[in-house]
Amino acid sequence: MTNAPFPTNPTPVAAATALRVRNLRKTYKSLVAVDGLDLEVRQGECFGLLGPNGAGKTTTIEICEGLNVADSGEVELLGLRWETDGKQLRQRLGVQLQETQLAEKLTVLETVRLFRSFYSQGPNAAEIVTLVQLEDKKKARVGTLSGGQKQRLALACALVGAPDLLFLDEPTTGLDPQARRQLWDFIEHFKLMGRTIVLTTHYMEEAERLCDRVAIMDQGKVIALGTPRELIASIGAEHMVEFIAGPGSAVLDVSGLSKIEGVRDVRAGDGSVQVQVTELHRAVPALLQELSRQGVTLSELRTHSASLEDVFVALTGRHLRDE
Amino acid sequence: MSDLTAVPQIGAQEAARKEPGAKRLADHPLVQLTIVRFHEFTREPEALFWVFVFPVLMAAGLGLAFRNKPQEVLKIATVSTELRQSLGRDKLLDVQQLSPAAAEEALRTGKIALLVEPGRAGTVVYRYDDTNPEGRSARMLADRAIQQAAGRVDPVSSTEILMREPGSRYIDFLIPGLLGMNLMSSAIWGMGFTIVDARRKKLIKRLIATPMPRSYYLMSFVFSRQLLLVIEVGMLLGFGVLVFHVPVRGSFLDFAVLCVLGSLTFSALGLLIASRAQTIEAASGLMNLVMLPMWIVSGVFFSAQRFPDALQPVIHALPLTAVIDALRANMLQGANLAQLAPQWGMLSIWLVVCFSLALKLFRWK
Repeated sequence: MTNAPFPTNPTPVAAATALRVRNLRKTYKSLVAVDGLDLEVRQGECFGLLGPNGAGKTTTIEICEGLNVADSGEVELLGLRWETDGKQLRQRLGVQLQETQLAEKLTVLETVRLFRSFYSQGPNAAEIVTLVQLEDKKKARVGTLSGGQKQRLALACALVGAPDLLFLDEPTTGLDPQARRQLWDFIEHFKLMGRTIVLTTHYMEEAERLCDRVAIMDQGKVIALGTPRELIASIGAEHMVEFIAGPGSAVLDVSGLSKIEGVRDVRAGDGSVQVQVTELHRAVPALLQELSRQGVTLSELRTHSASLEDVFVALTGRHLRDE
Repeated sequence: MSDLTAVPQIGAQEAARKEPGAKRLADHPLVQLTIVRFHEFTREPEALFWVFVFPVLMAAGLGLAFRNKPQEVLKIATVSTELRQSLGRDKLLDVQQLSPAAAEEALRTGKIALLVEPGRAGTVVYRYDDTNPEGRSARMLADRAIQQAAGRVDPVSSTEILMREPGSRYIDFLIPGLLGMNLMSSAIWGMGFTIVDARRKKLIKRLIATPMPRSYYLMSFVFSRQLLLVIEVGMLLGFGVLVFHVPVRGSFLDFAVLCVLGSLTFSALGLLIASRAQTIEAASGLMNLVMLPMWIVSGVFFSAQRFPDALQPVIHALPLTAVIDALRANMLQGANLAQLAPQWGMLSIWLVVCFSLALKLFRWK
């Protein structure tokens, strides 16, 4: 296995910091987009910024990418700063923006070659096209590509300089599940080579699958930080039980449910009730028993393992995606 | 499901990193950016039509409509054989011999411009409409023919030299005008739409997230325009020269310098127009606002001298007037660059001012 497009990052120093953000603030007119944010991303780590739309993820990542200027606060990338080392940083960063539409009249290979020409080092254009599996499409115009292929091309353009630090802003938004999984594979592959990735997403599965650590953002602040496992464990429940009362059912007494052993939290809203539990096999029979005692009939009952989504709900009372 | 083990894995470290020195010229960012611009343009069939074909069609149409016609032969009639012979001596008269009734009818319906009848005692009667210029000309020609046939000798003899050479026709005036107009519109449209579109699609923002020097981005537009310029000017000029024999009396090098300077100036103006606009609508409004007055006053189709004297200083300060005046003087009068200093001086001022302003104002996000 020679001729690798990317060499592994030479001797990643354990616990070296790839990105450090301190007390970052950014205000647009009356809207506070980023409100005193602190972050630390270690080298070789895949770090996720998870949060709903408008949480300040894009503003934060664009300040880190040098595309936006903070009102105050400090940003240090790979030990460098935008104010003094802009040129050097541009060579070492890979960037994918959320809403870029690449030129439709150009072919895949022409586009990658153009981006490659800006960097002083990196694999050649054809290698990158192969890496993102667009070889069959290398002579196709960008305008004829599917959504997933366009995202892969955007990823290719971010990888052309063999970046030490890769920023991906909502890399899979708008893709179908299959295209999303395929893109995850590429990102994981890049991660395996010891390079650092910072990505934003509002898909919890994406963060759980790709990220070593996740910062959950809401209203310009980090409200929770840790590995996906730690964050899920922090709500103290492993499973979620959700039910909807059927028509003609008696009124539910929430306090009755809270007393059941293993129930950590009960939330009722929008007609559905969500119960966090530790041991599903004990809690569910007890729960059903209590409901039938109260005369509550069910039209729907669901359970799932606790996820980052539940962490967000537990922390804010809102869902990640406001449908 | 894709299998990533198929992708070449981690290998030799520094060897895989390509050295900057090994880069070929084609991989220079400025070359790449220019190539990309060029591709983007040539893959747009509509743009090709408007820039290359339309001006030629326009020149062909106007050249045909306003071509210099040979002097027309005037149709006249007479009722006498003797008069017909006398009148037939003038080549500009087409004489018919008709019966009195038919001749009367032909004159009334305008089929003939003049009816010549024998009068009493060897005199001649001319019947025509004196408000019709053809009638008056026919009367003079007919009278001259009859008098000469009768033996008149003019006291002063005369010869004629005809002036119908290339350089003084409408098409000769038009081709430099169309060249100037084309330089302006293709530079401004080409620049304006591409830049605003790239800004709208966040492509410019994506590019500045790379190490690409920003000046290269702007320069690539200017360079790709110069490439297209050769084809664009070549087609229209070639058409004028081959089909209408439009003269190119000045030095061709001077002509090329003027075209390049004109194109650079309009590219800078295009950059300035596109420097802030966020939508295609805003940009096209601005482009029309800038170009339309110049199409009218700068002497593309008719001389700028027709506008009032008070406006002349303003008109002469416009870049399109400067380009067209210079091209016309070069092609038709053979003027050299020294004689055209006011024009290229004006263009240079526009170029420097527009480009510096555009660089300052350009919105990269």
